[in-house]
Amino acid sequence: MSRAMAATLPQPTTAEDQSGLLLDVQDLRTYFHVMDGTVRAVDGVSFSIKRGETLGIVGESGCGKSVTALTIMRLLDIPPAEIASGEVLFEGRDILSLPEEQMRHLRGNEIAMIFQEPMTSLNPVFTVGNQIAEAVRQHLRVSKREAMDRAIESLRLVGINFPERRVRQYPHEMSGGMRQRVMIAMALSCEPKLLIADEPTTALDVTIQAQILELIRRIQQDTGTALMLITHDLGVVAEMVHDVVVMYAGRVVEQGTVEEVLLQPRHPYTEGLLSSIPSKGMRGTRLNVIKGAVPNPFNMPAGCNFAPRCPYRFEPCPDHDPRIEEGGGPPIACWLWKRAPGHDIPQELHDRQVANARRAAEATTQAVSEAIPTEIVGRPVA
Amino acid sequence: MSATKDPATSNGRPLVEVKELVKYYPIQSGILRRKVGDVRAVDNVSFEIQRGEIFGLVGESGCGKSTLGRTLIRLLPPTSGETLLDGVDVFSQKGRSLKAMRRRMQIIFQDPVASLNPRMPVSDIIGEGLVAQADKENRWGRRSVRDARVGDYLEIVGLRRDYARRYPHEFSGGQRQRIGIARALALSPEFIVCDEPVSALDVSIQSQILNLLIDLRGEFGLTYLFIAHNLSVVQYLSDRVGVMYLGKIVELAPVEQLYANPRHPYTVALLSAVPEADPRRRKQRIVLKGDVPSPANPPSGCRFRTRCWLFEQLGRPENCINEEPPLRDLGMGQSAACHWAEKIDPPAIRKAARESDPSMTGDMAEEAMAPHIAEPETRLTEDSQPHA
Repeated sequence: MSRAMAATLPQPTTAEDQSGLLLDVQDLRTYFHVMDGTVRAVDGVSFSIKRGETLGIVGESGCGKSVTALTIMRLLDIPPAEIASGEVLFEGRDILSLPEEQMRHLRGNEIAMIFQEPMTSLNPVFTVGNQIAEAVRQHLRVSKREAMDRAIESLRLVGINFPERRVRQYPHEMSGGMRQRVMIAMALSCEPKLLIADEPTTALDVTIQAQILELIRRIQQDTGTALMLITHDLGVVAEMVHDVVVMYAGRVVEQGTVEEVLLQPRHPYTEGLLSSIPSKGMRGTRLNVIKGAVPNPFNMPAGCNFAPRCPYRFEPCPDHDPRIEEGGGPPIACWLWKRAPGHDIPQELHDRQVANARRAAEATTQAVSEAIPTEIVGRPVA
Repeated sequence: MSATKDPATSNGRPLVEVKELVKYYPIQSGILRRKVGDVRAVDNVSFEIQRGEIFGLVGESGCGKSTLGRTLIRLLPPTSGETLLDGVDVFSQKGRSLKAMRRRMQIIFQDPVASLNPRMPVSDIIGEGLVAQADKENRWGRRSVRDARVGDYLEIVGLRRDYARRYPHEFSGGQRQRIGIARALALSPEFIVCDEPVSALDVSIQSQILNLLIDLRGEFGLTYLFIAHNLSVVQYLSDRVGVMYLGKIVELAPVEQLYANPRHPYTVALLSAVPEADPRRRKQRIVLKGDVPSPANPPSGCRFRTRCWLFEQLGRPENCINEEPPLRDLGMGQSAACHWAEKIDPPAIRKAARESDPSMTGDMAEEAMAPHIAEPETRLTEDSQPHA
């Protein structure tokens, strides 16, 4: 491990700054050592986020998307967790090797996180004002009074009425949407450069979800904060992000812009994900399902993780592991898209998959309701 | 699939008729637990479900949709009202006739973890209902007969026969939901309340369960009340849909009609809030202000008016405040509980979307909206003008 390097204080270098990369995750591997064996929750994940940009991480439960976020925030208990390899460069500094002291300064101040369940992430015995002010005082040398003023200000920013009164309330006195606003207010109170939102709207109703998404989008545009949005909802992804990383069983299987991934999906898993979403275009037909379930984390397949469920599986798949970054070609971890050792890409199978994936994408993009007028936007986020 | 099945087995009468159903939960306070009010979870709801139909019920959390589903099959005692199953009053049954009726209506629960007893093997979970309904004829009281039936139904829902000996924790979420379905099916019901059966599942598993529910309906001639908050799932599955808000059904229509031509401002806002998986297009979104009011103290007149965009657009008409809108028939099998349903058209929706300024969220908007009261006339004329 590169912890030894921490002796020399890592300085942000101007060279990396100019590349525009705010966060650069390289070959991250997070394992959990538990009684029954080792779970490779994150197994070789790489991606990067530019300043002010938005990245979506998509996948089903257990795919490692939340663990990736927690690793970046260094919020995992080590042990049982182990960061087996990889680096996380934030403005050029490897934050995995920062001393805890410095990490604490970074966390909340420059990188902030919003969690899925606002009720469990707020402390029930402190007022929300106290909790936000505490976060402020962790990072800024201000008086208690000033910290509380800042808390009031941040509650106003997220659209909470009468913030002076609200700061004195406890979490249970607020609705779910209101609590999530408090979480956002807390995350934004120190004006972070990167906001990690882990399923921020999953526990909310659609009308409240719409409010919260608008809020995140507005704040993101106003403050230039970069956003890493973790979600399983492809609709949310389409609305909120530029770039998408699709994860399956601890690995990145597909990577691209939101248009590429949602309109021209390439990996069979992405195709399966899109075609399992019921939509208007699918009414009256059986939903295409991904057969089986996610593999047992203690017993991952030797080759491609998705092979046991993949309808296009051919010779190399069960034994050879298609890594997204290897062998050139598009960023797709699939032997239909890159040449496996000793095998040619089976053209007919490849073409069939492309056609099916297009069909799935077309059906999914059919609007739920025609009654609501739509506007054409070039990109999801201006 | 969308066509309602021929009601060959009955005389054209709906299988389920719900009439003015009311379910209040008392609010108690003090040491004496004195009743101080009511949570009006379901407040005077009427609808019918045809035989073989899938009736979708949508609404946000706390709108009373689960309470409605549970009350109408008598898992909860109703406050008042009536439910008829095949013409027979569900609420007045007692003893043997109630037991016979329970067999005909079953429920599938949302949470596949909480709804299966962790200390029971699957054979007992599914067999429990069989034991309760055992008689001389079906001989379900005998272990061998019962186990054979449990095995049959496990296979029907796509699980292996020998899973009967296992315990719930040995299964994944999707498999547990299949067990829940087998438990409901084992009693050969006619009517099943599906209470958010796929909400707790991942999309790839969700589609497996939806396919299963559709197959079973065809195979056993089932009728579903399908409760969900996911509008695309309801659109995919249902024949007719009811939209609930704060204990009331605010709109009721055939599925195509509801999604193509919503006639209640709440339905419009709800549909506009669903994020669409198409990055090229963005729906004109009507962002509703604030939260759902408390069902213990609903607003006067129309319950939706505190968040209603049409109410604002029309300059806060009197009758929305004073008069509760009844569920009105608007033709084509569609009805809506809105005094101003006819005013809803694409220009009005577009205008509302434009005006629901995203920077005004939460209750902050409440204040900002106040000045509109002063100028109702100008807003009305504005609305009557055609929009580009």
